[in-house]
Amino acid sequence: MTSAAHESIYTAALSDDDVVRVLGPDGSLDARNDPGLSPEEVVHLYRHMVLTRLVDDRLVTLQRQGRIGFHIGSLGEEAAIIGSAYALRKQDWLFPCYREFGAALLRGMQLERYIDNMFGNANDPVKGRQMPDHYTCKAAQFGSVSSPIGTQITQAVGFAWAAKIQKRDLVALTYFGEGATSSNEFHNGLNFAGVFKAPTVFLCRNNGWAISVPTERQTASRTFAEKGVAYGVPGVRVDGNDLFAVIAVTRDAIRRASAGEGPTLIEAITYRMGGHSTSDDPTRYRDKSLLDPWADRDPLARIKRYLDKQGWFTEAEEQKLRTEIDARLRDVVEAAEKTPAPSLESMFDDVYASLPWHLREQRAEVLAGPRAPSAHH
Amino acid sequence: MTQMNMVQAINDALRIAMRKDERVVVMGEDVGKVGGVFRVTSGLYDEFGDARVVDTPLSEGGIIGAAVGMALYGMIPVPEIQFSDFIWPAYDQIVSEVAKYRYRSGGEYTSKMVIRTPVGGGIRGGHYHSQHPEAQFIHVAGLKVVCPSNPYDAKGMLLASIADPDPVLFFEPKRVYRAAKGDVPEGEYTVPLESAAVVREGRHVTVIAYGAMLYEALDAAQKAAEQGIEAEVVDLRTLWPVDIETIIASVKRTGRLIIVHEAPKTCGFGSELVSLVCEKAFYHLEAPPVRVTGYDTPFPYTLEMEYLPLSHRILPAILDTARAV
Ligand SMILES: Cc1ncc(C[n+]2csc(CCOP(=O)(O)OP(=O)(O)O)c2C)c(N)n1
Ligand SMILES: [Mg+2]
Repeated sequence: MTSAAHESIYTAALSDDDVVRVLGPDGSLDARNDPGLSPEEVVHLYRHMVLTRLVDDRLVTLQRQGRIGFHIGSLGEEAAIIGSAYALRKQDWLFPCYREFGAALLRGMQLERYIDNMFGNANDPVKGRQMPDHYTCKAAQFGSVSSPIGTQITQAVGFAWAAKIQKRDLVALTYFGEGATSSNEFHNGLNFAGVFKAPTVFLCRNNGWAISVPTERQTASRTFAEKGVAYGVPGVRVDGNDLFAVIAVTRDAIRRASAGEGPTLIEAITYRMGGHSTSDDPTRYRDKSLLDPWADRDPLARIKRYLDKQGWFTEAEEQKLRTEIDARLRDVVEAAEKTPAPSLESMFDDVYASLPWHLREQRAEVLAGPRAPSAHH
Repeated sequence: MTQMNMVQAINDALRIAMRKDERVVVMGEDVGKVGGVFRVTSGLYDEFGDARVVDTPLSEGGIIGAAVGMALYGMIPVPEIQFSDFIWPAYDQIVSEVAKYRYRSGGEYTSKMVIRTPVGGGIRGGHYHSQHPEAQFIHVAGLKVVCPSNPYDAKGMLLASIADPDPVLFFEPKRVYRAAKGDVPEGEYTVPLESAAVVREGRHVTVIAYGAMLYEALDAAQKAAEQGIEAEVVDLRTLWPVDIETIIASVKRTGRLIIVHEAPKTCGFGSELVSLVCEKAFYHLEAPPVRVTGYDTPFPYTLEMEYLPLSHRILPAILDTARAV
């Protein structure tokens, strides 16, 4: 499939009638789906989107400087991620893929802990055991990130289903990319959720790419949303770069789930404006011109235009925000970088609840043995 | 002869096989235009087109299941699993189908294919980009498992695997994908499967290794030599069926055995090798066999160099084993 054809899929998709949009190009809101956010809410969310983007920026730089090993970011997908997380109620839970640190921070994960994870240091919530961007934050009702594609989808269903069995009003929202709709777990997840009416929201970030593989290689369906139909799960498409629309459709899905009406599959049409991760060079497979239309569709730019029009966020406030985030990031990164690596003994903790004989033996062996020449810290 | 790294040598082997036999197809995630996340299939898409170098939907079960069907039809699929850590959604197809087709159909059908996948740690990959899961496949009757350590063997053994009548798992040690360089002959040649190589001769202790850990074993052997201990280092190259004769001959010479592998110790391939040596050469052993392996934890991130059985852990094992009375 040529680049032009790939772009035309998105252009067409975004103008399809069945795609929910709220924020118009002129900065007006479509009253039919307007989630009715207060000025404070919009500013709050905008500030958070800027934070997310600046964190992304900084992490890419740190990786390029060799100070962290890896980063997988959300450039261009902030509205889909942050809007959907914002739509959750306090009692709801998130089962993440690997691109949603913005949602974790919004739901209460401390920036410090996230950055500790990027350094895999002793304060990393996952104790330096996983790659950067593979963290966990139970306090924020945010699950544990793992790499294998799709595995979180069925887990979200089980979680929501358990809550339903226990008659608790709780919804689980799970994130995944459009590539993951080809995985076994997507199909299992929709099927189980459909059969058991598990209060689950499936949030598919259709961002155009699964590493180098374009969307059109994942499915012959016209849309990802319609994949729900065969499982008895309604699907909706939303302009994923429209913060208001994402909040509206996610709230609606949560309301349905909470009312016992079952799961919803949301296809958020967005675009991965960066590489897949810092390990990826998208210029090898993606024509740069494909990004052109997305400059205008950039979710931050769109909210900014709206804020400008309303006069809710001045240029001076914008500058101040950026300077504050910059300074904060500098401090947080400095602290994380100074924090030592996890202890050697900690390598053997949490394999089981308590240490069996063979791990006690192996731990003793490491502690008594010579140190590796080139540990990362 | 040309100097190549392992990525180039494997790429060369794929190209030769595809030019020679149009039944050979490469399929997997990102193997097409971008040439694989490690660039192993680089340029193949341009030469052979997207019918033979296929970017598939993101489903390992789909990749291997479809490859089985292609093999039944008579094609020779060479599917790639992007990281061996992501092979598990395909485990059902590999264990229940690929491995059993010949046997369960009374020899009528075979699902001959070569499943290529990068393995191993030391690349800052954490749990899911570092594992070395040979044991889970060696244990399954009907699969051959290969793990070359250098460009020459990689090319020759990949061509041998493609020519082999049975399904082969071809493990590529990604830590040395680019670091291991060497002379590689142009054109087609094969290195026979089931042949280990004695890459360093020595009389005091046998060290068995494969993949990226071979270089650690060689480094440790070199350091041991400086202390007067001569270690013989055997590169298994094919893990299963293993070249038992070379192993037993070496152990009979040295009377002492060390096995090095990245995968966890418990039920790792080392356990099988120790058992085989005990069965076949017990009375030649002068010291207990030793396994220097990954620990029985998931693969860690920050502490990965402490987890891996690198030279600093192999050397004391060599010295202790050689000096044990
Ligand atoms: C089971 C499995 N196979 C392969 C991979 C390697 N991999 C990591 S991300 C990715 C693409 C995912 O694309 P998509 O689901 O669209 O999510 P996105 O990265 O675009 O957010 C692949 C193939 C993996 N992590 N897990
Ligand atoms: Mg994607």
